[in-house]
Formats: sequence, structure tokens, C-alpha cells
Amino acid sequence: MSIEARHITKTFGAFRALDDVSLTVPTGRLMALLGPSGSGKTTLLRIIAGLEQADHGSGQVLFDDADVAVRPVRRRGVGFVFQHYALFRHLTVFDNVAFGLQVRPRKERPDKEEIRRRVGDLLRMVQLDTLADRYPGQLSGGQRQRVALARALAVEPQVLLLDEPFGALDAKVRKELRVWLRRLHDELHVTSVFVTHDQDEALEVADRVVVMNEGRIEQEGTPDEVFHHPATEFVMRFLGEVNQFHGRVDAGRVAFADVELDAGDHGRLAGPARVFVRPHEWDVSLAPPPQAAIRAVVKRVQSAGPVVRLELRTADGALLNAELPQETLEQLGLAAGSEVHVTPRRLRVFAADRLPPTAGD
Amino acid sequence: MKPGRTRRRVGVLPGFGPTLGITVFMVSVVVVIPLTGLFVRSAGLGFGGVWETVTTSRVLAAFRLSFGASLIAAAINAVVGFLVAWTLVRYEFPGKRIVDALVDLPFALPTAVSGIALTALFAPQGWVGRLLAPLGLPVAFTPLGVTVALIFIGLPFVVRTLQPALMDLDAEVEEAAAVLGAGRLQILGRVILPTVLPALLTGTTLAFARAVGEYGSVVFISGNMPHKTEIVPLLIVAKLEQYDYAGATAIGAVMLVLSFAILLAVNLLQGWTGRYREGN
Repeated sequence: MSIEARHITKTFGAFRALDDVSLTVPTGRLMALLGPSGSGKTTLLRIIAGLEQADHGSGQVLFDDADVAVRPVRRRGVGFVFQHYALFRHLTVFDNVAFGLQVRPRKERPDKEEIRRRVGDLLRMVQLDTLADRYPGQLSGGQRQRVALARALAVEPQVLLLDEPFGALDAKVRKELRVWLRRLHDELHVTSVFVTHDQDEALEVADRVVVMNEGRIEQEGTPDEVFHHPATEFVMRFLGEVNQFHGRVDAGRVAFADVELDAGDHGRLAGPARVFVRPHEWDVSLAPPPQAAIRAVVKRVQSAGPVVRLELRTADGALLNAELPQETLEQLGLAAGSEVHVTPRRLRVFAADRLPPTAGD
Repeated sequence: MKPGRTRRRVGVLPGFGPTLGITVFMVSVVVVIPLTGLFVRSAGLGFGGVWETVTTSRVLAAFRLSFGASLIAAAINAVVGFLVAWTLVRYEFPGKRIVDALVDLPFALPTAVSGIALTALFAPQGWVGRLLAPLGLPVAFTPLGVTVALIFIGLPFVVRTLQPALMDLDAEVEEAAAVLGAGRLQILGRVILPTVLPALLTGTTLAFARAVGEYGSVVFISGNMPHKTEIVPLLIVAKLEQYDYAGATAIGAVMLVLSFAILLAVNLLQGWTGRYREGN
């Protein structure tokens, strides 16, 4: 089932949580709503579920092109997974998962055997069949979230919505569960939307990513698109570390720090600009390279980990971050105090006529 | 820790010894010793004597009224108290603070004052009694009046024990139930009530226990007619006034056993309804 939200606006008192947001999730896709807290992503998810209403007169939510405004939350047929699990603590794992089936009107309710079979299948799928008789209070966080997921899937929802599903778990469990969620989605193909503020999670798990900021959608695209071709400064900053410079674009050339380079695709801009370089996109050399390069001194080398992180200080006192493979560090023989030349392999330029976004990093 | 060597687990706040000592001392001095005295005293009558005293029709009628009216009052308080607590926790309305404070008044008022006030209200000439009497529903000086007084003094117990439990309820859990297709009544019956049931039982038990022992607020409104509106505590006072100490303690001892049995049963029930807390 496809999901479409059209022109949704939502205000809480004076705070505008969503500002005319439109979004389409094609059938069977797994979409991530990514953004900092307060960006409106959870509100959008709750409006799709029917747990929250859009402002009066604004917007529509459609499932398979049918307006669901008239369908209250209990009739929307969605599965919803909450950040803090929201399990029924007075019921066993089995009864939690069976809840959605047991509250159905008598005519639509499967018989006891059928419920037992379906709950058993779901518990096997989330690998919790041995814990069916436990109470939620006796489970770990990761186990609880898997119960919550099995419970949401028990009613065979056409749409699965997950609100920061792994937000309350520790880093290792989080990683395991997101791989597992992706596999589950590949098996079930239920249209899914999940909210997260963790860019790695969104980029790794989702088919498509929607980056949100201050109640608006900044960019929508595949993980590759949003990471490699950020449409706005905000997306650039939010999806990874950046080095930022103030510069100017003039006649297809961009000047910043003490260098002037070909502006490439960004040559159409003219006037003051902000220039961004990701730490792993610097070329570092000891001898001055043929093209323009920034001269800097190595302040700190942090070589524990898969990549080496360098902290550099330029001639005019600005600090830069760079990341290199271990081998490059060994070839160059860098240490604190080395003088180097750095030049970006790739840079992104945004016109500086707007104020810089505040959230990010 | 080296294998083979065990150490006692020490909590953040040590002091199991002294606190247990104080607990045992207080329970002994305040509860067990006086009550034991009661049994020793009534033992003077012998088992046959006690049996004879408490099986006279007047005493049996008083027992029926005391426990019956207390049970009914506690049951009504369970329902009404739940609604009051729900309203106070879930809604915002002008004067909420005042209503919240008013709930405690039956705690603070000398019970005799409540008794006089209720009697004035429900007497055949009183504000409410005047309206009820023509309907053939006299309240003052009937078992119904006793129940009304017991509801009055029991309500705060239910409200005050339920409030924190209801505040503890996670709104997300109700949303989860709604998303899964549960209607309002199903959410109430399958999610909210079972979760707060242990607290509701505690509150209802406290209200019941208080009602069984209540004296001051009842004696005015009941009219104290033997066989009809005489409660057990009043009967005990009546015996004492006739210097029948043995008879008074015999009735007291039986009351004690009955109350203890009921409280114990409710306690077990509570443990069962709260079994999901194991291992938390």
C-alpha cells in the first residue's frame, strides 16, 4: 500500500512543527525520515498513523489514493512501533503479540488455535519463541523492541511505522537490529516509514531518505543521492562532518582560504559563498602539488581506528579536519608538526545569501 | 571476588539490622502486644463463652451490618474513587486544586463532625433527606445511612492510592492499543484497569478496613437501633458501658480475626494481580 501526505501543516501553540509538507512512499518501500529533534519527523509519522491530526483544513493523508481522514487510528490498519516499546507490562510476551487479534470483533477474530499459530510464527520470526511466557519487565531492551515489532506485525498491517525504533538501545544492539530490520523488510515488503536522527541508520537501512529540518523537507532521495549530492547546506552538514570556509565564486572559479579552484558544477553561482569539504576528501602531500593547495601544519594525529584523523592548522589560523587511510600516513611519515599541503578532491559550494542553518553537525 | 569466598551484598543504604529491629519493635508494641492482650482478656470467657456472646442475634446482626455495609461502601468507593482519581489525573479544569484538596477532608475532619454533618443533611428534615423521604427512601437512621457514612470516610483512600498509579500510566501504551484496533472500552478494560488493579485493590482494602473500624461518623446517622442499625464498634462500646469487659473483648477478638482474614485474602489477590512485576 502506498502512502501519500499532501500539504500537511501542524502547529502546537506558537510552534510550527510541520510547514506544508508533502511526501510519497511507494508501495513496498522502506523510507527513513531523518532529522534533528524538533524537525517534525515524529509529528509527520504520527499524523500518518492517525495519532495526531494535521491542522484544521490543511492537507490530506492517502493510503493507496484513498483519503484516510475519516478513519480513526484503530481502523487505519497500520503497525506502529514506539521508541520506548509501549508494551503492555501486565501481559506476557505471547499476550502482547496476540493483543491486536484478540480485540477484534468476534466475527473477524481468528479462533484460539489460529491465534496461537500466528503468534507462534511471529515469535519465531523475531527469535523470541522461547520467551513467550515472560513479562516485558523480564526482557532486555532489544528483546522488548522485537516483541513490539512482532505485536505490530500480528495484525498484518499494510503500513509499518517506526518511531526511533532503536533510539533507546545501546550502540551494538542498535546495529544488529537495523541489519535485522532490513532483512525483515526484504522478506515482508510491507510499506514502511521509520524515523531516526541517526544518519548512519537512515543511510544503511532505507531505500529512500527524507531529510527534514524545522518542519520542512530539505531533500528526498536515495541514500547515495542525499549523501553525495546534498541539495542544501543543512543536508551537507547533517549527513557527516564538514570543513567550512567562507569564499567567493567568480566566473566559474571559487576562491577560499588562500586558494582559487575550478568551481565545477557550482560555477553558475556568483558572489559570496560557503565552501564545504568532507574530511575524507582532502589530498594531503608534503611537496606542493601542481594545483593550488592550502598550506597547513599537523597539530594532532589520531591513528587508532580504521582511518587516521588529522587535525591541521592553516597559515591563517583556521583548524581543518582530514581523514586518511593508514597506508597514506605511513608513506608520508606524518607526525605532529609536519608541514603539509592539502587540496580538496571534491568540494561543495552554496551561495551565502542565506543565513547558515543552525542545526547540524 | 575470589571463587569460594562469599560476601553479603551491601546496598547503597546499609542498615538491614537496625531497620528490621525497629520494624519488629514497632509492630510488636503498636500492633501485636495490644491485640494479644485482647485475646488474653477474652480467653477468660473460654471458647464456649466467646461463642455464646458472639452468636446472640443482636451481635450477629451487628456483624452483618458492619461487614456488609463496609463491603458495599468499599465497592462503591472503588468505582467512584477510580472516576475521581481519573478526572484529577487526566483533565485540567478550573478549581482542580480545590477539588484535589477537598478529597482529603474526610481524613482531616474529626469523624464526629462528619457524622453530625451527614445526619443533618440526611435527616427527614435535612436538605437531602427532605427530598428523599417522599420517595420512600429514608437514609438517616437506616442501614443505608450507615453505608453513606462509610462511603464518605473511605473515598480518600481509593483516590489517593490510585492517583500515583494512574499518573504512572504511559500514554503511549494506550496509543499502542488504539493502533492495534482496540476501542475505548477495550483500552479501559484490557490495558488501564489491569495495570492499576493492584493499586485499586490496595485503596479499596484500606477503605474497607477503615469502614469496618469506623465509629464516630456512623453513630449519629445510624440511630443505633439494636438488630437494625447497630454496628459492631458501637456494640463494643455499649458492652463496655455496662462493665461487660469480657463480652466486649470477645466481640473485639472475633472482629479482629475476621478483618485479618479478609485483609490477608486481599493481599494474596494483590500479589497475583501484580505478578507481572516479578523480576522487574
